[in-house]
Formats: sequence, C-alpha cells, structure tokens
Amino acid sequence: MAESGARLLVVDDNKVNRLLLIRALELQGHRGVGAENGRIALEMLEREAFDLVLLDIAMPEMDGFQVLERLLANSRLRDLPVIVTSAVEGLDSVVRCIELGAEDYLTKPVNPVLLKARIGAGLEKKRLRDQQKELVRRFATREVAQDLQESGFALGGKRVNATVMFVDIRGFTTLAESQPPEETIELLNTWYTLMFDAIGAHGGVVSLMIGDGLMAIFGAPLPLPDHCECAVRAALEMQETMALFNDERRVAGRPEIRIGIGIASGDVVAGYAGTNERATYTCIGDTVNLAARLEAHTKAAQQPILVDGATRAGLDGAIAVRSLGPVAIKGKSAAVEVFAVDGIVK
Amino acid sequence: MSDSPIDLATFRALEETAGVEFVAELVDTFVAEAPLMLSEMRSARAAGDAERFRRAAHSLKSNCNTFGALALGAQARALELKGLDADPARDASAINAIEAGCGRVAVALRGLARG
Repeated sequence: MAESGARLLVVDDNKVNRLLLIRALELQGHRGVGAENGRIALEMLEREAFDLVLLDIAMPEMDGFQVLERLLANSRLRDLPVIVTSAVEGLDSVVRCIELGAEDYLTKPVNPVLLKARIGAGLEKKRLRDQQKELVRRFATREVAQDLQESGFALGGKRVNATVMFVDIRGFTTLAESQPPEETIELLNTWYTLMFDAIGAHGGVVSLMIGDGLMAIFGAPLPLPDHCECAVRAALEMQETMALFNDERRVAGRPEIRIGIGIASGDVVAGYAGTNERATYTCIGDTVNLAARLEAHTKAAQQPILVDGATRAGLDGAIAVRSLGPVAIKGKSAAVEVFAVDGIVK
Repeated sequence: MSDSPIDLATFRALEETAGVEFVAELVDTFVAEAPLMLSEMRSARAAGDAERFRRAAHSLKSNCNTFGALALGAQARALELKGLDADPARDASAINAIEAGCGRVAVALRGLARG
C-alpha cells in the first residue's frame, strides 16, 4: 500500500493496549513506537518525526485532552494527524477531542479494519498537507511560511516600522541580449541565491522578485529591533559577495555584474495582499517608494549603496556613511538628504 | 466450558487479527499488569483520589473487554462509572471481587492461549 512504512506514535498508559495497537500497526506495514503518557509523548514528538499519533484519553501525568491542546498551540505539530483511541464513554469526550483537532475517535477495543481505514485516511491527509507546506516553503521564505501558517493566510495589513531594500542588476538588459537565455537564467538563479543568503543571514525577508531585481523587508513579518543596521549590513555583504562572484566571472572571461542597492526606513503597511487564491507578502507606503527611488538613483550618484536619513539615524558608529546632500526624488515634494554607505569602520 | 469467564468468539477474533503467539504473550502481559491495576485502585481508594480510581478501573475494563472477559469488564466498568463510594468498605469488597475474578480470568486465558 502507498502509505506503508509510516511511523506512528502510540500513546497509552496501559501496556496491553499499547502492545496490541503497535502489533496492529506492524501487521498493516507501519512502525509503531510507544509512549506511556502524554508528557512522554510530547517530548518524543518534539525530538522525532512521526506521521500520525494514536492517542489515549485517560492517562496519568498528562491526559489526551491536554496533549491535543498542546499540539494545537504548536505551529510545527498542529497539523500532525491524531486519532483518539479510547474506552472513555459518552459523546462529550468525542466532541471535545474533535474540537481540539483530532482527526477521528475510535472506541476500544479498536476494530482493526476500522483502524486501518482511519490510518489510511489520516496519512493521506498528512501527505497532502506536507505537499502544501513544501510548496509554501519553496516559494516563500521560512519566516513568511511560518507566519502564514500561524496567521492562516489572513489577508490584510498592519502598520510596522521597518526597513525596505531594493536591489537591481545594472545594465541587465544589455547583458541578457549578449548571451543565450539559458545562461541568463543560470546567472539569475546564482545571483538570487547569493542575494537571498545575504538578506536571510541578516534577518530580512525577500518579498518580491522582479526580473533582475528584488525587494526585501527587514522588520516584518517578524519584528527586528535593529532593522536599519541589519539591512545595511546585508547590503555590504551583498557587495562583498558580488566582488567574489565577479572574480570568478573574470576568470571565466565573462562580464562583471554590478548592482545598485537603495534602502529606506519608516512606517510601512505590511501584510498579505491579493485574493484568497493568490496572495503575496508585501508592504506599501512612502518608505517603499523612497527605497525604490534611491536604488534607481545609485546609477546617477555612482554609488552602490544609498540610504535615506531615517536609515542612517538607525545606524551605530560602526558603519561609515557620507552625505551626498539633498536630492530631488520623484513623488516627494521636498528634496531628500541621501547618504552613501562606504563600509564598516575598522 | 459453559461457565468460562471468557467470551470465546472475542478471544478467537483477537487471535485471528493479532496472531496466536502474540496473543499468548499479551495474556502474560495482562496477567502481570492486572495486579498493578488492582493495587492502583486500592491506593487511590485509600487516598480518596477519585480520578485515579476511575482511571485504574477504566484501564482494567478496557483490557478485560479486549480479551473477551466481558463479565469482569462489566464489574470494572461499574466502578469506573460510579467512582468512589461514600462507603469505602463497599469499594473494598468490590475490588476484592474483581481480584477474585481476575484470578479466574487469568487461568482461563492461559488455558485458551495454550490450546
């Protein structure tokens, strides 16, 4: 059968029941591991991977209801299918278990045919959920995926103080026209990997990929106390990485890649925008606009990293910045003071 | 044996689904575990701990029903549903009766498992 080899946790304080359930699982081609009460079960679930849990209700130390409550509150274990196997009588406990997220409720002694059917259904549900999670993981960052799971994909934004970064490959169109498309895609993939690593390493989240550029947020969806500093350090790491990357390209006889980075800080509205079918984590506001304009201005200013006054104010003395004076920015009535980032002070 | 404390159909069905040898081992486990459940009921009774008392009776009931010891299971169930009695002596005699029943069930189960 398709789900053979699944690993199940059998939670029951009664040894006869535990052995009998593990035996039933083995005969169905699964592996069963026993836990004597709810507390031990939770410890094992934290440590090891299981595909499904068979859970007794009446147990010493921590009963089945408490286990279900703890699982529900744990974002990593919330989706683990649980089938309650109990000899507790009365509809009340069945209803309570289902309300606490149990997949099903089987009364003891458990009918093996029924057990097999319920386990099959539970494992299939888990497989679909895992597939869904994997998709989210692949197309969103870990932080966004986790936030999504906890917020349940709720559309709508919240106002947060954050730092927004725009990064772009300079002269990308010319570059793309001078080489086969396969090489361009390969270059983009390598570039994105390097940029994602630098952004992720400093607590940022990539919210948008736009052809040869990207937008990243520092300070949302998860708060980041020193988001200005983190964003600028990520930008410096990106520059360093690009220098190494270009060394390799020079050796291979390929043209160098230059990037421009614009960073602005302030209040943004961040959240999931879109429809219930397709949504993305993003943020909007003046700060986003300013970061994009600063990135565009890097070419004219002939500086790789430009930041606004708010970002500069959020930096400690370890990073050297230089004022370039006021610059007229599209969409802003007054000129904005722009700063170039020179690097980390030794 | 018309006066067997074990419902033969239940026991044979268990053997059929779990395997004869496995059930023989499981009987040994039950015979070893039953006295622990009885002493748990006694100590819970002495401590006036209603929840522990119910849980031990519940556990014993569950095992009795698994092996087809239906009459003994019903006795344990009665204690589970009733909980602690206002008169401790009544619980003590009920536990003694269940203990005697456990002895008969153990002998019968071992007989069946060997056969």
